[in-house]
Amino acid sequence: MNPKSLISITDFTKEEYLKIMRLAEDFEANPNQKLLQGKVIATLFFEPSTRTRLSFETAINRLGGKIIGFSDSSSSSVSKGETLHDTIRMVSNYADMIIMRHPMEGSARYASEVSGVPVINAGDGANQHPSQTLLDMYSIIKTQGSLDNVNLFLVGDLKYGRTVHSLLMAMLQFDNPIFNFIAPPELAMPNEYKIHLTSKGIRYYEHAEFTDIINAADIIYMTRVQKERFIDPVEYEKVKNVYILRNEMLKNTKENMRILHPLPRINEIHTDVDSNPKAYYFTQAKNGVFTRMAIIAHLLNLK
Amino acid sequence: MEKHLKVSAIKDGTVIDHIPTNALFKVIRILKLEECIQMVTFGNNLDSKAMGRKAIIKIANRYFADEEVNKIALVAPYAKLNTIRDYKVIEKRVVETPKEIRGIVNCFNPVCITNAEKITTRFEVLTIKPIALKCFYCEKITNENEMAFY
Repeated sequence: MNPKSLISITDFTKEEYLKIMRLAEDFEANPNQKLLQGKVIATLFFEPSTRTRLSFETAINRLGGKIIGFSDSSSSSVSKGETLHDTIRMVSNYADMIIMRHPMEGSARYASEVSGVPVINAGDGANQHPSQTLLDMYSIIKTQGSLDNVNLFLVGDLKYGRTVHSLLMAMLQFDNPIFNFIAPPELAMPNEYKIHLTSKGIRYYEHAEFTDIINAADIIYMTRVQKERFIDPVEYEKVKNVYILRNEMLKNTKENMRILHPLPRINEIHTDVDSNPKAYYFTQAKNGVFTRMAIIAHLLNLK
Repeated sequence: MEKHLKVSAIKDGTVIDHIPTNALFKVIRILKLEECIQMVTFGNNLDSKAMGRKAIIKIANRYFADEEVNKIALVAPYAKLNTIRDYKVIEKRVVETPKEIRGIVNCFNPVCITNAEKITTRFEVLTIKPIALKCFYCEKITNENEMAFY
C-alpha cells in the first residue's frame, strides 16, 4: 500500500483538517521544531512557483530537514525527455517525501501511485492545490475562532478558480456555512457545485456585485478576474472594475471580518485596503508556512 | 414459412443481443474479440421490435465474467447476454453499470496526465444515462459526446 499522501483536499477527513489546524497553531507558537532532522525532502517544481516553493522550503528548513530538488523542469532530467514515472521512482528512492508542482492535471495523483514515499501536491495544473486550502482554513479559524457558522463571500473568478472550489468542498465538512458567490455570469460558480450544495441543504446566494451586501460577510475571499478568461474583450471591460475591493467599501463591515486572497493580486484589491486591519492576505501567506509544517508532520507521523 | 436465422446459431457460447448499431465495433474492441480464436459471428442493422435496428454478436465457446461484460455498458447499456449450452439459452443477463471503468476510454482533458504518459485511464462512473465519467487523476468529467475509445 502506498503511504498517505495529500493530493486533493477531499483526501483528508474532518478530523484530519482539525488536526492540521491544531498543529499549525502549535508550529506558529514554536516555529523551530527539529522534527525533520536527518530527513531529506524533495521539492520537484516542474513549473516555476516562487511563493509556494519558498513557503514549503521555509517549512522544511524550520523543521530541520534537508531539501533536494529543482525549481523548474529545464534544470532537471525532464528536459532530456524523462517521464514523470521515472523521475518519481528515482526521487522516491532518495527522499523521505516528495512535494511537487506539475503543469499536467492528475500528475500528483499518478506520482502518489508510483512513489514509495508520501507526496504533497503543490499544484497540478488547474486541478488541485490542497495546501492552499488548508492555509485558507487556518486563516479562517484563526480570525473567526471556528470553522462553523462562517458567512463566506467568494469574489471574482469562481468558474476556473481552483482555490474557491477546494475551499467550498472543505468548508462543507463544518456546520452551517453560508456561501455568497459574487462573479460575472461568464465566471459564475459551476453548476456541479451548486447542485452539490443544494443536495446537502446548504445555503448559497449569487450576486453580480457586492457593495450593498458586504456588511454581512465574515470572510471575503478575493480572486483575480483574468482578462484571458473572456471570449469577448468588451465583456471584460464591462466587469473589470466591479470586482475591485476598495477601502471605502469596508466602513460598515463586521469588526472581525477579514479579507483573504490566494495571491498574487493584480488590481482586484486596491492598495488603499492594505493598511486596513481587515486586510489579512499577507498574514494568510505567512500562515502558509505553519500550515505546511503541519501537513508534513502529519503525513510523516512526526506529530 | 421457414424460420431463417440471419446470424447462424451457436451450440455453446455467448450471444450478445440488443447492441445499438453504432456500437457493434466498439463492443468488439472493448471485449477484444478481434483476438478471439473461437468462431465469432455478428450481424448489424437487424430488425428489432424494441430498437428498430440492432446489432448482435455470437461467440462460440466463450463465456464472460460480469466485470468483463459490464465494460460494454458505456456503449451498449441495454445489451442482453444469453449463455448458450447445446443450442439452448440457459441464462439471460443484462449489462450492469460498473462503478469504475479502467482503460477503454481516454480522458477528454488534453492536459490530463493520462494523455501524456503511458497510464491506464481510470474513471468513476457518475451516471451511465447520459454517460458522465470522472477521471481518477485529473478529476475532470468526460461526457458522452467527448468520449474517445482507446
